[in-house]
Amino acid sequence: MLQITDLHATVDGKAILNGLTLTVGAGEVHAIMGPNGAGKSTLSYVLAGRAGYDVTGGTVMLNGVDLLALDAHERAAAGLFLGLQYPVEIPGVSNLTFLRTALNAQRRARGEAEASGAEFMKLVKVQAEGFGLSMDMLKRPVNVGFSGGEKKRNEMVQLAVLAPRVAVLDETDSGLDIDALRVVADGINRLRSPTTATLLITHYQRLLDYVVPDRVHVLVAGRIVRSGGPELAAALERDGYALDQAA
Amino acid sequence: MTALPTRKDEAWRYSDHAAVAGLWPLTATAPLVVAAGTTARRTIVLDGATPAIDAHDITVEAGATLTMAVLAMGGSFGRVALDVTLGQGAHFELGGVILGRGEATNEIVTTVNHAAPNATSRQVIRSVLDERATGSYLGKVAVARGAQKSDAVQSVKALLLSRSATANAKPELEIFADDVKCAHGATVGELNKDALFYMASRGIGAEEARALLTEAFIADALAGAPELAERAIAWLRREL
Repeated sequence: MLQITDLHATVDGKAILNGLTLTVGAGEVHAIMGPNGAGKSTLSYVLAGRAGYDVTGGTVMLNGVDLLALDAHERAAAGLFLGLQYPVEIPGVSNLTFLRTALNAQRRARGEAEASGAEFMKLVKVQAEGFGLSMDMLKRPVNVGFSGGEKKRNEMVQLAVLAPRVAVLDETDSGLDIDALRVVADGINRLRSPTTATLLITHYQRLLDYVVPDRVHVLVAGRIVRSGGPELAAALERDGYALDQAA
Repeated sequence: MTALPTRKDEAWRYSDHAAVAGLWPLTATAPLVVAAGTTARRTIVLDGATPAIDAHDITVEAGATLTMAVLAMGGSFGRVALDVTLGQGAHFELGGVILGRGEATNEIVTTVNHAAPNATSRQVIRSVLDERATGSYLGKVAVARGAQKSDAVQSVKALLLSRSATANAKPELEIFADDVKCAHGATVGELNKDALFYMASRGIGAEEARALLTEAFIADALAGAPELAERAIAWLRREL
């Protein structure tokens, strides 16, 4: 479903990704772990198409679509979702307006009918409830005044409403207390389906106690240096990345 | 003022002087008086179809309230000048929006005289400027001797969509009383790149993202004047 092949990328002329290859199949959850500076966040921004992250080689295919040929908003319509480590605050634009605009922009881009007001509200209500955010909060400006945990819950509401094919979640577990972590993990598990794929980018094993990945990859210096099953996460938690960094 | 103003006149420093010359001399407008204890609303729209100067002398008598909304937009020269005198306990509220692109010059120039105690004034000005447009706010708040407990707020923000656009903000205080509250803030900025990327990552295209952000930016100033807000939004959607 998501096929990354020999991906090279630079930021400010500095090489951060150095030949990253990774395939996430439909229905799978993969975790990417790695030390600080390994390129974890860069990978997520490169996939999403953020300006300033320059691809210098390689390909990224989503269900046969060449993602790198698309603008950021077109990638979203093609089915990519990036859960941000630090969700952005947007004063003056309500969460509901933001999300409805996004959903309908994606639907238009795919040639689908837009969601009516009623249809949209129904969709949001169910997900807001599921992730423990009140509708009152969603009427407020995007993430403004939200706690760290509320911002991550909001990311999950967006994820559930937009229903992408591939979700890349960048440090979605950072800054979460244990309750919020459970809510987010439940959400990821709930959204697991035979037709979607999830890439969890994480620094700690903590989230992986609740979301058991099909595969775990170790990212060091912009490349996958080791892959394994869920047991690899526990080994990394115990032994650290020293072995991989030395290799 | 009868003589044609020049760039040396502080209140006309940023004007389009060729356009001003074409409009000179100004025809006097009847002064507006808001009678003691009453409430009035006024709106002014300069749509930029032709150069225009709209100048008003305003008196808000004791205990009266005047709420004004001003929208100066479009592609030529527009100037709204308000000289407001507040009586005891009077309240003046101004929401002003300047929208410009091309070579447009639009300005809102105010003098608010707190002539008696306990008067309050609140001015919120937002400008969205693209291409080589200029938007200026020159706002003087004058608190007279003895006008204690005056409370004046000026909030001035400009959003530049192009590096060649110009915003001038000049809030100015002249205070001759010692027990007053006068606050002013002025900022000039660009569209938030993080917000633009966040929106794009959710599928919102650049044009729609810009519309949402610019509409949010001016919302504070026109919250009390929905018909002006609608016109401003229509302009933003059409012109930018």
